[in-house]
Parts: sequence; C-alpha cells; structure tokens
Amino acid sequence: MLQLEQIYKVFYEGTPDEKIALNQLYLHMKPGDFVTVIGSNGAGKSTLMNIISGNIFPDYGTVNINGTNMTAMSEHKRARKIGRVFQNPLAGTAPTMTIEENLALAYNRTKPRTLQFGVTKKRRDFFREQLEILHLGLENRLQAKVGLLSGGERQALSLLMATFTKPDILLLDEHTAALDPARADLITKLTKEIVEKFQLTTLMVTHNMQQALDLGNRLIMMDKGQIIFQANETEKPNLTVEKLLAEFQRIRGEALLSDRSLLA
Amino acid sequence: MNVAESRCSHSPLTIGPQEEIYMFTALFGSVEVGVIYAIMALGVYLSFRILDFPDLTVDGSFVTGGATAAVLIISGVNPFLATIAALAAGFLAGCVTGILHTKGKINPLLSGILMMIALYSINLRIMDKPNVPLLSEETVITKIASWWQGIGFDSMMQSLFTSIGLGDYIPSTWGIFIVMFIIAFAIKKMVDLFLKTEIGLSLRAVGDNDGMVRSFSANTDWLKVLGLGISNALVAFSGALVAQYNGFSDVGMGIGMIIIGLASVIIGEAVIGNATIVRATLAVLVGAILYRLIVTLALRADFLETGDMKLITAVIVIFALVVPKLIDKQKAGARKKKRAAQLDSAKLNGGDQVAAARTDL
Repeated sequence: MLQLEQIYKVFYEGTPDEKIALNQLYLHMKPGDFVTVIGSNGAGKSTLMNIISGNIFPDYGTVNINGTNMTAMSEHKRARKIGRVFQNPLAGTAPTMTIEENLALAYNRTKPRTLQFGVTKKRRDFFREQLEILHLGLENRLQAKVGLLSGGERQALSLLMATFTKPDILLLDEHTAALDPARADLITKLTKEIVEKFQLTTLMVTHNMQQALDLGNRLIMMDKGQIIFQANETEKPNLTVEKLLAEFQRIRGEALLSDRSLLA
Repeated sequence: MNVAESRCSHSPLTIGPQEEIYMFTALFGSVEVGVIYAIMALGVYLSFRILDFPDLTVDGSFVTGGATAAVLIISGVNPFLATIAALAAGFLAGCVTGILHTKGKINPLLSGILMMIALYSINLRIMDKPNVPLLSEETVITKIASWWQGIGFDSMMQSLFTSIGLGDYIPSTWGIFIVMFIIAFAIKKMVDLFLKTEIGLSLRAVGDNDGMVRSFSANTDWLKVLGLGISNALVAFSGALVAQYNGFSDVGMGIGMIIIGLASVIIGEAVIGNATIVRATLAVLVGAILYRLIVTLALRADFLETGDMKLITAVIVIFALVVPKLIDKQKAGARKKKRAAQLDSAKLNGGDQVAAARTDL
C-alpha cells in the first residue's frame, strides 16, 4: 500500500546547521498494516510524515502509494489518498464553520468540488450516522460551530473527518499528545475502533511508548533519520516498554534521553 | 454630526420647511448610493472576512469597473453589456492579485498594493484621459429611470403621500433605489448560496484554516485566486454602476474605497452581527447604507467640507472598531464589580454564604 524507497532529506544543506533528517529510509506497508513510530525528538518522525503527505519533498528516493508514484505530486492532489490528523486539535477543523460544514468539506476529499450544496439532506443523515461512532453526542449538534467544541471533541471530529472517506493511508501525527490523559485515552480508543471498522492502513507517530505498544500490528523505532528497530506482527505482542528501551540502548550504546518521560 | 442631527429632526422649529425637505432628499440620495456601494462592500467582505485577505486591489479595481463600462458605453456598446464587461475586468484584476500572492509568494497586503498601483496606470490607459463624462450617454441608470417612468409607480406614491400631506418629503423617483436594492439583494443571496456550495465551503475554510483545507485535497492557491477574482468582480461591478450613477468615470474615484468597504462591513457587524453567513452579508448591506447616512449627516456640519469625507470615513471606522470593545470592557468591569460586592458580603457573613453567592454567578 505504501512504499518508501531510499528516502533522503537534508535541511539547511551547506550551512553549519546542516541536518540529515532522513537517511536512506525504507518502509513498506501492506494493506491493513497499522504501524506505530517512536523515537526521540529530531529522529525524523515528523519529516517522515511530511514527506508522505507531500508537505515537503525528499531530496532522493520515491514515495509510492497504492501502486502510484507520488514523489513529486503536490500536497492537495495526493490528499485524495491520504487522511491526516495533526497534533494540534485546532489544526484539523475550521472553527467558524459548523460541524456539518466541516464534515462536508472532508466528504469532498476524494472527489472534485462542484457548485452543488455541500450539505444536503442525504449527506446530513450520513454525517449524523458517522458522528454516532464517536459517542460524544455531536450528532445532535450538527449546526454548532466547531470553534465552540472542546479540544477533545475537536480532535475526535478531526479523526472522523480524516477517516470516514476511507483513505488509502491514514497518518496520525502525535494526535493525542496535546490532550489531557482522559481525552487522550478516548481518542486512542476511537482510533483503534475506527481503524478496525474501516480497515485502514495507518502510520502513527507517538511519544508515548505504551500507546505505541497498545495500538497497531507493527512498530518501528527511529533515530537520526533511520529506522533502527522494527517489530513485526509476531514480535510486537511480546514487546514491553523495558524491552524497547533496552533495545535502543543495545543498538545505540547509549541511554534514551529522558527515557522515563517517554513511559508516561 | 450632532449639529446635523439637531438640525434635521430634533429641533424643527429652528429651520425652515424647505431645508427639511432638502435634508430628506439628501438622506434618500445617500441610501440610494449606499445600496450601489453595498455591492462593493460585499466584495470587500469576501476578501477581508471570508478569505482573511486584506485586499487593497479594491481601490484600483473599482475604477477599472467604472472605466471599462464608461469607455464601452461611449463607444456605443449596450450599457448592460458594458457593465457585465466591467465585472469581468474586475475578476481578472483580482485573479492577478491572487496569482501574485500564491504563485509569486508575495505578502497579501503587498500584492494588493502592487496591483492597486499597477491598475492606476491601466485605468488611465483604458480611459485615455483622467475623466470620462457620461452625461449625454444612455446608461444603465437612465435606462432604468425611463423604464420605471412607464410603470407609473412614482406618480402613485406621489398622490398617496400628498393625500396624507407628506407629498414634499418623498423622492421624485423610486426607480433607481428599488432596482439597485433588488440587484444588491440578489447578489447578497447569490453570495449566501455560493458560500454553501462545495467550492464555497472550501473557500470559507481557506480563510479559517489553510493547512486543513489542503489536507482535504483542495487547491488553496486556486481557491484564493478564485475568491479574490469574485471579490474584485463585485467591486468593479459596483464601480461601473457608480460611474453611471454619477455621470462620469474618474481615475481618482477609487481612492479609499477599501476603507469604505471595511467601514460598511464593520458598521454592519456592530449593528447586525455576523453569527451566520446570511446574517453577515445582510450586515454588509445595512452597513453600507448606514455608512452613507452617517457621512451625509456629518457633512451637514458647518465646519466640515466635502474634502473631509475621507477623514470622516477614517474616524467612523476607528469608532466602529473601538467603541464595541470599550462597551464590552465596561460591561465586564461592571460584572466584576458586582461579583466583588457579592463575594465581599459573603465573606462578612461567614463561610456558609460563599456557596450560595457562587450559584448566582
């Protein structure tokens, strides 16, 4: 479903700040794979996400999604195949528009926009049905402005908006990091349910090792722009946070910086 | 303004009836003009509020509209067609600003200013001279007026009001006002409907959350170009009508137009609010008319001259921006005082009362 071949990306090339963000990275995902990505700050996780979504382009290497080479395709064009949820709950929705208008906007992700009305009676029923998945009562507040929702509600809505049109790839960029523990648990639970329901191929970045272990069927650990450790379907269920930390230490010969904070 | 107000209505004993009649005519005239400028204000609303793009192209594209229509009318083109051509010219001007911003990566304010300056010369080229008179030409306005005359509505109103003794106070013709009001209202309605379509929704989201729209596969560059095009098309359309209404197109008639547009948007929002799109566009219409009324009343003051109009506009906008905030602040201050008083008394009466006082909040 997703193939990254020898992705290389360097920032500030030729200056003293030169930084190789991704160093010849390979990643293959089968349909239905749910890969969690962990790694310390600066490991290249966000660059990886941005290269897949087309926010930035690699200096070398190719990005294939569902058999199409998308390396040079612009962000909005490849967004037809990609659903995204951002870290900031405010980033995934339009605050001055209503819940149903936001959903209508997301509904058009896979097809060209026309002069038809965005919200029709038929679509409204469909949106209501989809919102019920969240169990937040948002289905009764279709006309409410999204700016009035709490951070947790907005993130749940963002998650639904990114997924209900069944993208080929779902990218989750630390999408629970800005929420309080209770809301983060809720979003984690919803993520699990929705990914299973729609059978989505998912790539999730997280700083929370426990979350990385709880979700998904594969796990990768990144450091200095490379994947330094992988756990496949059969290995992942046996992993623990302690094992992961020990693995990192073995490979890099150093303790993960502030590793205890990652246990949270 | 106070002087003007007291003159026109509050102390009728001090002025003659003739002056009062003159005042009514002037006020009606300002409403009439306000309706035409409301179309321009709707354009400014689209760029300023919907796209969150302070587009100074407006000062130039307003004249482009007037110039295009005037030159075409003089060369014998049907005035209605000429006005539509003005709309298209404005659309193009707006698109260029949009391309400067999205493809040239120029700051929004600067791309508008650049286009405004460029249009000044382009407008001179279109007109070939600084001023094109239309007084002896057949225009949209004269066509509407003569068509209206045939209906007989004016004479009916005249006899109606004369019978109740107010015959002197009504305008000699309602035609321009009514037709322009219908046009402005129809455009408002079209803007309302457009902003509910799939394209319209993504346009609104661009001003709200640019990155999010791109993640839902909308081409934000193209949407901005389209939005600025539509905005400036409305501005140029209004410019074409104003030129025909005034009987001339002048290269300087667009100066400060963006501020007049903003004044209309802001006054309207202060009075009507902007909770929904339907309401916000209505607010723009009302704001444009109110703005004209305020300026007309202000110009009645003895110490103000026509040349002070831009200054008056600036002051109106400053007031409309500052006063609502001051009122809010004062209300918040009053609430705070009330709460402090409540909590103070609760403290005196002992701890038991605190919870009771809280429920009042």
